[in-house]
Amino acid sequence: MTRLGDLERAVMDVLWDSVPSTSDGVTVREVADALAGRELAYTTVMTVLDRLAGKGMVQRQREGRAWRYRAAASREAHIAQLMLDALDLGGSRDAALVRFARSVTGTEAEVLRAALSAEATGVSPVEHATGGAGRAGALADRVEAPTSTRADRPTSADEPADR
Amino acid sequence: MAYALHFSLTILACWVTAQVLARSTWPWQSPRVAIVCWQAVGLALGLSAMGLPIALGVSAYDLPPGSGLVALFDDLLHNRLPAGVNALHLSWVGIGFGIGAVLLTTTVRSTHAALRAQRRHRDLLALVARDDPAVPGALVLDHPSAAAYCLPGVKPRVVVSAGTLSLLDPAELDAVLTHERAHAQERHDLVLLPFTALGRALPWLRWVRQAHERVALLVEMRADDKARELHAEAPLAGALRRFATAGHRITPAGALGLGDRDLDVRVQRLLVVDEPRRLIVVTALAVASTLVMLPISLFLS
Repeated sequence: MTRLGDLERAVMDVLWDSVPSTSDGVTVREVADALAGRELAYTTVMTVLDRLAGKGMVQRQREGRAWRYRAAASREAHIAQLMLDALDLGGSRDAALVRFARSVTGTEAEVLRAALSAEATGVSPVEHATGGAGRAGALADRVEAPTSTRADRPTSADEPADR
Repeated sequence: MAYALHFSLTILACWVTAQVLARSTWPWQSPRVAIVCWQAVGLALGLSAMGLPIALGVSAYDLPPGSGLVALFDDLLHNRLPAGVNALHLSWVGIGFGIGAVLLTTTVRSTHAALRAQRRHRDLLALVARDDPAVPGALVLDHPSAAAYCLPGVKPRVVVSAGTLSLLDPAELDAVLTHERAHAQERHDLVLLPFTALGRALPWLRWVRQAHERVALLVEMRADDKARELHAEAPLAGALRRFATAGHRITPAGALGLGDRDLDVRVQRLLVVDEPRRLIVVTALAVASTLVMLPISLFLS
């Protein structure tokens, strides 16, 4: 039995590593196919994507009867966010992290902040618009026929499955 | 009136103790005792801030504040207020309880915000941090800047960045990890929490902010002590120095000024072996317990 956290991570790795940023997302089936090595049930992948959408890590957009999923922010942006917290540059001391020492140059801080703001301007309001209809959408996704043979589907989809 | 004076004197004593604590260097030899002293100052101050207006409010009863409050509530319940008690007195009592409520709610809100931010941080770590054989038990963030920190909680996480891995040699890295684990084990986040909350409730009070900074430094020193128990001084001091010189110090003024000075203080402290002086420790603990007992005894009497 794989832990849910591991699954979430594996799914995010698929979204980050095998979906080109220009694409408008992948279907549950495509994610499940990319994770073929794990022998996951289709519904399991759907549940994980649903959870990730709930946490705001994943955005989904309706396309016909299916939902297309994509990462809400890049891996680099998440790391930048964590580093800003870690270096006490995030402007909020809420997380109450206890640091060993702070050492950061002005340019480093700027690079970190730039990584975040670039991400923020690129984010579309899709998640908020469709968040409420999530359950119905997930059901629609379930009955969708697994014949998504899109031309722009990444060929390296099964690569990161065994991380 | 005598009781109100008593509370005022406690507040004054707290202020003097805080000044002494902030200026002396003995806290660096015994950070744990100094942390207890700061906590005592904070607690005594909070209780006295509540007690002073309450004592003014119940002064007509000529009883200690505790018994005075009981008498006042009894009279209020039976709708018979003595001649000496007017609206002004009642509003003093209200202010006292108001201060207590503000202190309590800011602490609760601070805790809530911390838990939420920590959960978010933990979720993100689960998605992007990786394990590394070089640092067993810790998580690694792939970023060239140097950072090492502890995400507190029931299941604490020690996190280092890839920049830290390349900055430090294995012995230094071990010392830093022990340092961070000490933060996690002794729940230093909880030590800092009330001071953070107080800083939020009274953001305009400079010396509340200073108290927070002092305690934050003492907590680091305490963790440094744990690290040097297990490893020697040299790797820890080395790690601190490397962190201090990793940046080029072109950060905007003010943002990191204190951090830099604190690093120097911590390194100096590791180099000079100075045993804690027993007399000072005993005196400090006696002062701390007296400070706390002053307002509590008034409330209980």
